[in-house]
Amino acid sequence: MTMSTANPTPSPSTPPPADTLQVRVNGKAVEVPRTMPDPVSGKPVPTTMIQACFTAGVMVPHYCYHPKLPVAGNCRMCLVEFGTPALGPDRKPILNPDGAPRITKSPRPAIACATPVSPGMEIYTDTPAVKQMRESVLEFLLINHPLDCPICDKAGECKLQEYSEDHGEAQSRFVEPKVHKPKRVDLGPRIVLDDERCILCTRCIRFTRDIVGDDALGLVNRGSYSTLTAYPGRPFDNNYTLNTVDICPVGALTSKDFRFQMRVWFLKETPSLCTSCATGCNIVIGSREDRIYRYEPRENEAVNACWMCDYGRLNYAWIGRADRLTEIRGPQAAGQAPAPGWTPILREISGKLRQAAAGSVAIIASARQTNEELYLLAKLAKKLGALTDSVPRMGEGDRLLLNADRNPNSAGARLTGIAATPMGANLPKIAEGIRAGTIKTLLVVGEEVTRLGLGADLLARLETLIVSDILPNETTRRAHYLLPGCAHAEKRGTFTNARGRVQKFMKAVEPRGDARPEWEFLHELALQVAGPDGCQSLEGLFNQMARDLPAFAGLTWAGLGNQGATLRSEP
Amino acid sequence: MIIERQKMSWWERLYLPAIIGGFKVSLRHFFRKKVTMQYPEQRWVVPPGYRGAPYLVRDQDGNTKCVSCQLCEFVCPPKAIKITPPGPAGPPADRPNAEKMPREFEINMLRCIFCGYCQEVCPEEAIFLMKDYSLIGASREEMIYNKEKLLALGGVHQDKIKKWQQKAQEARAQGQKP
Repeated sequence: MTMSTANPTPSPSTPPPADTLQVRVNGKAVEVPRTMPDPVSGKPVPTTMIQACFTAGVMVPHYCYHPKLPVAGNCRMCLVEFGTPALGPDRKPILNPDGAPRITKSPRPAIACATPVSPGMEIYTDTPAVKQMRESVLEFLLINHPLDCPICDKAGECKLQEYSEDHGEAQSRFVEPKVHKPKRVDLGPRIVLDDERCILCTRCIRFTRDIVGDDALGLVNRGSYSTLTAYPGRPFDNNYTLNTVDICPVGALTSKDFRFQMRVWFLKETPSLCTSCATGCNIVIGSREDRIYRYEPRENEAVNACWMCDYGRLNYAWIGRADRLTEIRGPQAAGQAPAPGWTPILREISGKLRQAAAGSVAIIASARQTNEELYLLAKLAKKLGALTDSVPRMGEGDRLLLNADRNPNSAGARLTGIAATPMGANLPKIAEGIRAGTIKTLLVVGEEVTRLGLGADLLARLETLIVSDILPNETTRRAHYLLPGCAHAEKRGTFTNARGRVQKFMKAVEPRGDARPEWEFLHELALQVAGPDGCQSLEGLFNQMARDLPAFAGLTWAGLGNQGATLRSEP
Repeated sequence: MIIERQKMSWWERLYLPAIIGGFKVSLRHFFRKKVTMQYPEQRWVVPPGYRGAPYLVRDQDGNTKCVSCQLCEFVCPPKAIKITPPGPAGPPADRPNAEKMPREFEINMLRCIFCGYCQEVCPEEAIFLMKDYSLIGASREEMIYNKEKLLALGGVHQDKIKKWQQKAQEARAQGQKP
């Protein structure tokens, strides 16, 4: 005490009052910040032991703890032992003979998720006592669990299964009848609840209360009879309910859409993007044998954290629709053999485009196409002096993830120069050009233009109507050349979201029939019309776009990684 | 390396002793008990534990035991099993509290290698390797056995545990709908 008051300036040996502190996890020293932002309010709150363990790369089993939810501390699965430096009467650490501070081990364990760390703390997660505690906690959690894994949709990704395997006992000592609770409870339009499986971790309650702001769920009754339920008479129905299925550590909350569809271990997981709005939530597509079974959110701190909305999540069935366009079609004279395939038809189209007079071509490309495809179209448009535009698609947004702009790549359409400002402003001009006869060729990619003021009478005036789409509509029926395209799940590419983040998505399923990724045939068209560009692959195309367009400067396909990269300037 | 061919002795060169020796063996077997069978009129007694064709079984109450957990499909080494799960709108299970039952269950007997993994992995004791060893079909399609055929061939398995019924009874005793 006297020494420190005598020397007011900090000596070089004492560490500066930094905002980090050092703890040891299983003997390994790790530096952690003193505070971390609260997942809901964002205010700094003391760093907890579980966060320190994760920083050290040590896994601590947990059920109720979720990094994006407020701490509840009710499952007791994350119990660990810890010790703190012993302090002498002078409030100074007592040193061992070897000079290291002496650690007093706490007589009781603590839950790692709710205990703040202190300087010099030592956390032990692999002692025999900790192992025994995990075993006992699991035994209690399994007392009333029905063990109906063969019929449970969560089996295979269930934390109760995983931790029982890792930390539990093989035999049950419980001989009394289990407590039975309501099963197959219709919680809302998209959720089924099995209360017997619930381990009362309250993750779903905290999620819907604190993240969504819809305080719809709660526990009723006490002890073994505690039961999760929705507010009486009110369905659990907001646009984020299905996230509770993801965060439910057991199979209590299950999705009606995915119910009994496929066992999860069969699903191939492909990193992709949600295409239902301009937010660009990162997702994982679960598919098996070229059929898509579900979307799940993929963690990306810069975009969607761990969540996605139900609207986007359930918007996948159209990819597997039976009436998908699968045949390439050219203009057919009577009695002529059916369309001869991609190469001759692309050659025919490029021949027509090359001969077209400057300004006689117009391009309408959807803002659902990828950056690369829009870039290729912009290149074609530049060569042909074509008038281009995209189609705005607006809905109602919310304060969480759903954007009012329902196109996944409006920013890309603007940055590549395809979209007019404002988007859709050129559509009446194109209609006028067709009516006046100045526009003779129209290239439509992924839009139904008969609903956009370009009615059947106008399309009939065109000399050449080239249409690429996924599902049949009035425009595809009137096309002279019909080029079947791919859904995002069937190709690779990048989208630019509303906040200017360029993200890539991977191919989950094979395209059907003749269908080919749009970038492939647009690239071929661009080669034949505008000459070689020196790239073959999608990666090369993206890198070339990044070199060509100042907005994308500095980006590379490899540099996008799994999480994407943000443009330097806001779109 | 050259191996010298051994010269045959005079006795060996006679050949007759060898022929007589051969006849002796034939004659000995001629008077033994016959081991060949007049298949298919005569049939072999299949020993217990024999791994024949896998079939699905019903319990003594006539319920389909399979709950479509697809573990057998997962474990099957030659990928002979294909299960179509019921989905949310599928047919209701025979035992209502078992919730699930396969919409379709196919075993391609041409692919099956009769390893018995499906029987071993089944958590419901719903599939067993039976004693059938001679499977006949006129086409490949005919050799893909569907759920109906597998259940008909599998017959009844005396279920001593009846875990779903037990669960239902327990739940009812506590005033819950199973």
